[in-house]
Amino acid sequence: METILKDRLLAKLADIVGPDNVSSETVDRITHSFDATQRQCLPDLVVHPANTDEISRIVRLANAENIPLLPRGAGSGFTGGSLPIHGGIVLVLTRMNRILEIDTDNLIAVVEPGVITGRLQKEVERLGLFYPPDPASKDFSTLGGNIAECAGGPRCVKYGVTRDYVLGLEVVTPTGAIIHTGGRTMKNVVGYDLTRLFVGSEGTLGIVTRITLRLLPKPEARKTMLVAFKSIDGAAQAVSAIIRGKIIPTTLEFMDGSAIDCVRKSTTLDLPLACRAVLIIEVDGDREQLDAQAGKIIAIIQPLGVLETRVAETSEESEAIWKVRRSVSPSLRTLNPNKFNEDIVVPRSKVPEMIRALEAIANRYGVPIVNFGHAGDGNIHVNVMVDLAEAGMEEKVQLALNEIFRTTVDLGGSVSGEHGIGTSKAPYIGMELDQATLATMRLIKQALDPNNIMNPGKIFLEDAPVAATGAPLS
Amino acid sequence: MVEQKTLEDYRDDIAQCVRCGACQAHCPVYLETGREGSVARGKIVLAASVLAGEVGLEERLRDEMSLCLLCGSCVVKCPNRVPTDGIVGALRRRITDDQGLSPIGKGVAALTGSKVLLKTLLKGADLFSPLLFKKIPETSGLRLRFSPDILKNRSLPPLPERNLFARVPELLEGEADKPVLGVFAGCALTYLYPQVGEILVRLPHSLGYSVFLPRDQGCCGMPALSSGNGPLIDKLAKTNVEAFANRKVETILTACASCHGMLAGHYAAKTGNPFEGELVDIHVFLAQQGLIDKLAALPRWRQPLRVTYHDPCHLRTAGITQQPRQLLRALPQIEFVEMEDAGLCCGLGGTFTAAHPELSRSIGDRKVAGIQASRVEMIASGCPGCILQLQDIVDRAGLPVKAVHTLELIQQALTEPPQ
Repeated sequence: METILKDRLLAKLADIVGPDNVSSETVDRITHSFDATQRQCLPDLVVHPANTDEISRIVRLANAENIPLLPRGAGSGFTGGSLPIHGGIVLVLTRMNRILEIDTDNLIAVVEPGVITGRLQKEVERLGLFYPPDPASKDFSTLGGNIAECAGGPRCVKYGVTRDYVLGLEVVTPTGAIIHTGGRTMKNVVGYDLTRLFVGSEGTLGIVTRITLRLLPKPEARKTMLVAFKSIDGAAQAVSAIIRGKIIPTTLEFMDGSAIDCVRKSTTLDLPLACRAVLIIEVDGDREQLDAQAGKIIAIIQPLGVLETRVAETSEESEAIWKVRRSVSPSLRTLNPNKFNEDIVVPRSKVPEMIRALEAIANRYGVPIVNFGHAGDGNIHVNVMVDLAEAGMEEKVQLALNEIFRTTVDLGGSVSGEHGIGTSKAPYIGMELDQATLATMRLIKQALDPNNIMNPGKIFLEDAPVAATGAPLS
Repeated sequence: MVEQKTLEDYRDDIAQCVRCGACQAHCPVYLETGREGSVARGKIVLAASVLAGEVGLEERLRDEMSLCLLCGSCVVKCPNRVPTDGIVGALRRRITDDQGLSPIGKGVAALTGSKVLLKTLLKGADLFSPLLFKKIPETSGLRLRFSPDILKNRSLPPLPERNLFARVPELLEGEADKPVLGVFAGCALTYLYPQVGEILVRLPHSLGYSVFLPRDQGCCGMPALSSGNGPLIDKLAKTNVEAFANRKVETILTACASCHGMLAGHYAAKTGNPFEGELVDIHVFLAQQGLIDKLAALPRWRQPLRVTYHDPCHLRTAGITQQPRQLLRALPQIEFVEMEDAGLCCGLGGTFTAAHPELSRSIGDRKVAGIQASRVEMIASGCPGCILQLQDIVDRAGLPVKAVHTLELIQQALTEPPQ
């Protein structure tokens, strides 16, 4: 960005948010140049607004000057949603972190976008209420970010994803208008359902500044169990069998043989040696129903090659089981330095078929693929672990990924269940969406954001606005 | 002897950060500021940029690097265990090497680098009294480290007449068949809380051990680490290692979490433990000695005090969380209650409190809700720095709570008749 333009913007932004809350210094640009994708692109300016009015004024300024605007929460996304790939202004929402209201009569919470998901959960649980979406990042990711990506998590098997809990939003549109979608009621059919349009829009349609969430009563108790299987096929079939048995557990997580191997290498894992797959199953509800539910599940899956079933009797035992699952991600790096982390989702009945296909792809291309994740809703975290320093590996990975996504779509699935498209999955969106559907989405984007200033270059691989000049760092 | 890691030495560690953001949930400073430069991930990216020559050691970078308590909370929660505290320490040393000490760093150097000065200042005097300040030249960094401005409204213990060295001999002979234990007391337990230092020496002695408290030991170097003074750390480390070199000790005891973190952590980071003996926190030692059962067997007091425990960062991140609690639970005169957020940092953080007094206070104030809800009369902890800060926190909040060292309660149980 030209110095004259930058200085003018800096002065104007300082007028809006105060000089302490805007910066064009290299240090601040660097600390806002990345997210969890490990790519880096420098923004031109970083601004920390305090309220909706300030955001509206910033958006009007950016729109008038044709400057890209990047809303950012915790910056913990996996697909590049908050990367300033065309430079511009990073707009950080962490100052807007108030829980404005928890309405125990109507089971509603009203929050600002910078509230950490885990903090809201803690606060509502104190009052006997429950906000179910639980992305792995819940202790640091923000509700604004969760809405932008429509975050999921293990509990989605039973409770659904972020969009199922959003009743209404206040949004600053790309032209600076402040609009209000939905409301405070469960039923509401007045006009288009813009709430759903904004949930999962990855910051490309506007900036969410206030959120009304639906809450549930907190389940009385939960029960966790770990089931060790002889084969991944048995575990995958167990997932389908449980669902077919008309039981919806709270969570139904799985780890394949290579995930178990990784964990074995980095921690002491107390599992039978013959174990090639693990399911972690949790049920919740009234205390007296839990044993019956757990018993029914055990009976259903017993014929499918179960080596061992461990039911947690205490919260410590439950924690020990979850620790096994949580240690997968950090242990992956023992395998190879570079990780391609995909979050495909297939219809639940297709999980066994997808797992078999992934094994075949791993063998065909000679790349290790570690699979784990939310098998209960068909959402599989596929981790292609490679060393990109090896000659020809980049191409090999691309071929493998292409085939993974192709198979996913062929089985009636989606290329992303909960991480979003951002930049990293943009090349594959055409595999899943036909031209007419894509064109409709672009029409919506153009109608709301005529100058393409809001998070340009995300989802659709579009051109950036004219004034954008930020250069990728690496 | 003790070699310190440079920023270059951390190059591979820096590359291990996958930018996941998990550190945000555990950084006391980030929880206050919400700014990416405050948290481990932001600092690691900046460190990488410094190594790559993409950014210089400019003012904004120095600001961000000053915003770290070196508490290590991010390190233990990091999926890849990236040693951000070490990286920030190395970067601060690089800044100092390049640009000289900050005013606060100069104060630290003046105080901890000169044992004579420290002793003179503390001998029977009130370190923090305005009278004392009249004796310090206007230009002295001491005025910055302990200036009336910084100490305004802070609760401070009355300064004891006699320091630890005046209270116990250099060597207390124990039973002939038991080994000699070394004691590293540290500044706070030598000068500020010598009554606790004395328990650290006499309690192991009462168990039959000979106890060696070398007079030549100095500051552990934590404030020097915090202010980026590499040469001073070298000097102090050399002094301390030599102090213990003349007598064979298998174990060196500490009762200050920060000293333990410094001696067992930082000194050993590059080339391993430089001491002949193993560094052992007093809680761990007493637990190993079977003191928990001994305390539990004592007759219970009729009206026990409610007491909770605050985890010093440098014990918590070293994995020492259970032994202090087990000892407290076994005490006959108290009812131990767990408080919420027992592991939250108190906000002191070496020179952090001097560099960022307001932020340090607001970090500390996060403890208030947990303390209040626990309805305790005392908070025990294993670090004199935390105890100093905790007393200040509860006093400012108007809570009738006393902060004590775990050792003081153990000593009470062992020496006072049941009430």
